[in-house]
Amino acid sequence: MTDPLDEVFRHEVGRCTATLIRVLGDIDLAEDAVAEAFAIAAELWPRTGIPPNPGGWITTTARNRAIDRLRRESTRSEWHLAAHRLHIENMDPDHNPELDRLDDFVDIVADDQLRLMFLCAHPALAADAQVALILRLLGGLETGEIAKAFVVSETTMAQRIVRAKRKLHDNHASYRIPGAAELPDRLSAVLAAIYLIYTEGHTATSGRTLTRTDLSTEAIGLGRTLVELMPDEPEAIGLLALMLLTESRRPTRIAADGTMVRLADQDRTRWDRDLISECHDLVRTCLRRSQPGPFQIQAAIAAVHADAPTAVATDWSQIVALYDQLYVLRPNPVVALNRSVAIAELHGPAGGLAALAEIDPASLENYHPYHAASADLLARAGLHQEAVAAYERAIELTTNPVERDFLVRQRAVLERRVIPEVR
Amino acid sequence: MPQYLISVWHDDTFEVDFTTPDAQRLAAQVGAFNEALMEAGAWVFAAGLHPAASATVVRSSGGDVSMTDGPYAETKEQMGGFWMIEAVDLDAALEWAGRAAVACEGPVEVRPAQG
Repeated sequence: MTDPLDEVFRHEVGRCTATLIRVLGDIDLAEDAVAEAFAIAAELWPRTGIPPNPGGWITTTARNRAIDRLRRESTRSEWHLAAHRLHIENMDPDHNPELDRLDDFVDIVADDQLRLMFLCAHPALAADAQVALILRLLGGLETGEIAKAFVVSETTMAQRIVRAKRKLHDNHASYRIPGAAELPDRLSAVLAAIYLIYTEGHTATSGRTLTRTDLSTEAIGLGRTLVELMPDEPEAIGLLALMLLTESRRPTRIAADGTMVRLADQDRTRWDRDLISECHDLVRTCLRRSQPGPFQIQAAIAAVHADAPTAVATDWSQIVALYDQLYVLRPNPVVALNRSVAIAELHGPAGGLAALAEIDPASLENYHPYHAASADLLARAGLHQEAVAAYERAIELTTNPVERDFLVRQRAVLERRVIPEVR
Repeated sequence: MPQYLISVWHDDTFEVDFTTPDAQRLAAQVGAFNEALMEAGAWVFAAGLHPAASATVVRSSGGDVSMTDGPYAETKEQMGGFWMIEAVDLDAALEWAGRAAVACEGPVEVRPAQG
């Protein structure tokens, strides 16, 4: 798949779509126009070669084709209607929807990609719709590919995308970068959506293998773009560092036989040191800004793991301190659970179980990592029967087959110990 | 400019006794919010509604009109009042909705009007 046209597509499709939405004021028109321009390129470029500025070429061609079509198919009043479908904030100079004036403004503007990110991750949309729109419009993925990645039917995914676009259109959503007052909330929605794409790729909810490289790669690409567009946002840098650090361990998460390997048992010599050193630079950039946020702290935790030559040599007191800090910002049961696991490493399983006991079990009842972590701590504390029960609950709730196999094996090991106890 | 309906939803058993301090606080908050809407030119119209038990459903079938007692949807949560506002875009409407939710101390729903 090293088709040069494919590479241009991957690199340019999101940027071109983002600009065309601004120029045309409509998501569907923009998507169709960009697709048409790429189809023309696929015919032309093998003969003429790829132009020096392929993104500019695609954008100009898409714009021209869209305008030709609108001129052919619409009366001027309909065109005005179309131009108003998405509210475009007054932007000098192309806020004017007059057809002829559009011809001058086709430069790809970096801000367009940001506008599109904020539009796709609008908090009025459900998380699954945000993610689908980002992958479709910024990633240029086919609806079928997105459906496959999220294990839903293509019809379901197509409906989800159509409904989301329609909601934005019916509600007169603006194509703009949020102002300073709303920026923190709106940015955290964008970050959360990108991270959701990453985690879905990293631990696919179901499917044959644990990792799904394409979604994770897509998320990292979006993270890199966001850092380029907002170099002064430490949380954007934190998110990228967190994804890259997690990515650096990817090759060691799965053993040769396809089974899952826990962090403690991974072959650290095979962690990607280039990615890790890139992340150290990113984390240092964050530290200089000293505006800690949840993604930066999670990246710092991942960096402490990356620094440890062996699992035993991990600086657990540092990790517990970071979880304490994270809990202040995000006082939710999942953070409390991860903190308990770190405490168990620092003070032993009894300490971990005590921290775990402070969490309301009802809040994590359907969260399989809670039961898996409880099982592990109970087993290490010698409470084998309780541990087996916790493994059973975890197995029941886990949808990823690789992860479930891992838990089944853990339970089997324990059961061999429980039976002699019963006798 | 686009118009949006901001509706207030609550448990229909909710009875307003305007003499209580709670109700007076709510009335003052909503009054201040109304004034802010008018001052900004965002106000179209608004009303608080009597409980859903006061509703009558009217239907037409083949030219015959019939009526039945009760709200159309027999749900526990009912619309208790609404604002029709004008806002430049969704974000502006959602910001007004946030202020509405604070003023009436309950959830509100935002829906764009057609046209």
